Amino acid sequence: METFDVAVIGCGVSGAAIAYELSKYDLRTVILEKENDVATGATKANSGIMHAGFDPKPGSLMARLNVRGSALAREVCRKLDVPYKECGAMVVAFSEEEKEILERLYRQGEENGVKNQEILTGEEARKMEPNLSEEVIWALLENDSAIVSPWEFALALAETAVKNGAKLLLNREVVGLKEETGTWQIETKIAEGALLQKDDTKETSFTAKVVINAAGLNAEFLHDAVLPHRFKTRPKRGQYYLLDKIEGTRVSRTIFQAPTGRGKGVLVSPTVHGNLIVGPNSEDVIGNDTATSWDGLDKVNEAAKKSVPSIDFSQNIRNFSGVRARTDEDDFVLERHGSYIDAAGICSPGLSSALAIGEYVTELFAQWAEETKTAFAKKETFIDERKKVRFKELNAEEKEALIQKDPAYAHVVCRCETITEGEIRDAFDTPIPPVSLDGIKRRTGTGMGRCQGGFCGPQIAQILAKELDIPETKVLQELTGSEILTGGMADRAQQETPEGGREYV
Amino acid sequence: MYDLIIIGGGPAGLAAAKAAWDKGLTKILIVERNWELGGILNQCIHNGFGLHHFKEELTGPEYAARYIDEVEKTGVEVRLDTMVLDIRQTERKEDGLPVYEIPMAGKECGYTCELTKSVVLAMGCRERPRGGVVIPGTRPAGVFTAGAAQRYVNIDGYMPGKRVVILGSGDIGLIMARRMTLEGAKVLACVELMPYSSGLNRNIVQCLNDYDIPLYLSHTVTEIRGEKRVEQVVVSEVGPDRKPIPGTEMVFDCDTLLLSVGLIPENELTQGAGIEIDRRTKGAFVYENMETSLPGIFACGNVCHVHDLVDFVSDESERAGASAADYVLKKKAVSEAAPVVTKNGDGATYIVPQRIRPENVEKFVKLFFRVGRIFPKADIVLTSAGNEIARFHKKFLAPGEMQNIVVTKEVLSKATEELLLTVEEIVETEVGA
Repeated sequence: METFDVAVIGCGVSGAAIAYELSKYDLRTVILEKENDVATGATKANSGIMHAGFDPKPGSLMARLNVRGSALAREVCRKLDVPYKECGAMVVAFSEEEKEILERLYRQGEENGVKNQEILTGEEARKMEPNLSEEVIWALLENDSAIVSPWEFALALAETAVKNGAKLLLNREVVGLKEETGTWQIETKIAEGALLQKDDTKETSFTAKVVINAAGLNAEFLHDAVLPHRFKTRPKRGQYYLLDKIEGTRVSRTIFQAPTGRGKGVLVSPTVHGNLIVGPNSEDVIGNDTATSWDGLDKVNEAAKKSVPSIDFSQNIRNFSGVRARTDEDDFVLERHGSYIDAAGICSPGLSSALAIGEYVTELFAQWAEETKTAFAKKETFIDERKKVRFKELNAEEKEALIQKDPAYAHVVCRCETITEGEIRDAFDTPIPPVSLDGIKRRTGTGMGRCQGGFCGPQIAQILAKELDIPETKVLQELTGSEILTGGMADRAQQETPEGGREYV
Repeated sequence: MYDLIIIGGGPAGLAAAKAAWDKGLTKILIVERNWELGGILNQCIHNGFGLHHFKEELTGPEYAARYIDEVEKTGVEVRLDTMVLDIRQTERKEDGLPVYEIPMAGKECGYTCELTKSVVLAMGCRERPRGGVVIPGTRPAGVFTAGAAQRYVNIDGYMPGKRVVILGSGDIGLIMARRMTLEGAKVLACVELMPYSSGLNRNIVQCLNDYDIPLYLSHTVTEIRGEKRVEQVVVSEVGPDRKPIPGTEMVFDCDTLLLSVGLIPENELTQGAGIEIDRRTKGAFVYENMETSLPGIFACGNVCHVHDLVDFVSDESERAGASAADYVLKKKAVSEAAPVVTKNGDGATYIVPQRIRPENVEKFVKLFFRVGRIFPKADIVLTSAGNEIARFHKKFLAPGEMQNIVVTKEVLSKATEELLLTVEEIVETEVGA
């Protein structure tokens, strides 16, 4: 049985950020993730925005960690080569009553430490965003928020943690957790049919001195397994449209509406990949129900057109939804109970706050270390860099030099996004190699374009089969059990000839 | 410096290359991103190709091979596994013609920039994905575009599913209904939003009716269910507004949904070059000789407008290739006069070409168009400045079948500025005794 100083349960963006921060210290860290990849929950299905921080209630953890997290992300994204772009945001108001909301947000922003805010008239706002509705009469402008690739952010943090010695074990669902003589006994289960990492030992039992619960929607169950009930998870689903790059310049900032109820409402924003994202709504669901619905999508569509009437929804290339791990608390639940730490209730602005959550949880860990007189010191060397080849972003000379070095970069596999075979192959040469088509998509951007993998999917499935040394029929779309193909052609031998058919020449 | 660079080595690019060579161009390059020529025809192993062009019935690969063989006999250069990254205008002129710069990346050629006097765009089209039609529900494995499924079956030799529902009755969807059935899958239904199929009538008969596959017209898929793999799809009837009618839901237990919900010309390079795009065809605006808004750049085949028969792609592309040759060899005077603009009126959804320079028309120009609904009998009427200048009688017009009319130079001479094409339905009245 392997023994660790700390076990992080869950590897969404929160778990990844906590592991990233902890990996700066001399600790034996393990990250246990129940799925076959990191960032497969809410982290891969959100708006991808690093909020400035005027929205959370002053004094809350959310307010503090959002502002801090967004500030940290700027530097970390640069170091770890995560697509990140400062684009700013506007909150628009359609009435004088809503202007009061803008003013409240402005004051909150000041209190929370947001700089560069300004209230504009509708005309001033439309000068900056010509596609804004004529109905917009006031707008709160801020220039500090950014758009980011949320899954790549989480991946980069998890990869860096692994590079610095943290152990990531995928396909490990925690099924048992108990404290015995000051040590946590962790029992996990490997899902049937899971494709393990190359060096995976199939070990399912672990011990750790400290357990950190970053299990997202499952955080409540994990907490209740070891401690008295503390918070109730209230999953909130948000549905989205993702539009073709043709619509990607419809707005140049993230456009919010003055929040009238819960949540930040429907936004319209460019994505860091150049598309336009529209969403989310907010609805109660049971568990991780990430389906989309007519009703939800219609509401999103209608609400978005109120801010930006000219959005061309016929350019939609994908709908998706994500479920936020909200709790009945109005704030993040970041608490230590002895050698157990909750990082729960991480709903919006969770992505923005992630790095600050990592710091905060590490402080909680430091308190425990001090209480127990456990050694806790920074490593002498911490690898804090990551570099990726992004062929389409290179200039002519760089492309030429790269291809001369390795002709695999000359073979464009994903034509919509111009992603080369070389970049796909690179993905397998990272600390957390992909095991599915969507895993490759998150790492390289293949299939994210307007054909949504129609052309490149079969080719990438072949590459995946070869790299993982599995039959092509075992290639997964995403999670374990999501095989793309149902069989080889040999299966037809068992079938009957169709009746009543015309002779086929 | 090339005389002509053809982007795409499918049926359009091959026919353009052959025609340009035959017209006397010698420095021609075809750039193909795949590892072989032939384009999407290579995965269309069914028959029915070539009835118009070769007057015989060929399979897709056979049809492609005819052109590949012809091109191989010429001195046309071919670069396989090579992707064109951009089309750039330069300041340079050669022989008085603007020079274009085409950067490309390929395993053999590495990253290079080639110069050329003319370009034929022949990149084809792509399939509209699930997002293009907005189908709510979960996002499991087992949802494929029909073309992707066709590639898995016909090129890679794998089955993408066992119990299949097909959304959309476009030709690829119909062909795949038969193909999946022949390979042992059970095709439960083909579901079409419109009250008519957008596919060829012969495909409905030969691919659905012959295999007892039900076609649900005025229906659509309203939900996909299943967490990791498709488990069910819900199909609902739609009203005249194309919106689902509550209470009409049918649930199909299946593991696969194939989408055949439209093809979109692939015009990323075209747009990047600053060429004007027609919102109706989603391809470039073209003149009578298939020239785009940039001089010396021509477009043909599915990148220009989506065809239903490859035979017409070949014809159109031969014209584009020949026009590129005329342009480079300066066989035609450069026209300064304003062109006649074709306009689709009632009943028609688009027309190609969109612009005609009458002095460039030798004897006639063919107008290709699609109708917006089914017309059992109709007159195609051409008017200009309010005057009817020609009328063509047609039987059975359907949106799924591209139509054409031949406009003679004489008729064209009556047109000023604008040429409006409308479809007038002829309602049969019974002749009483």
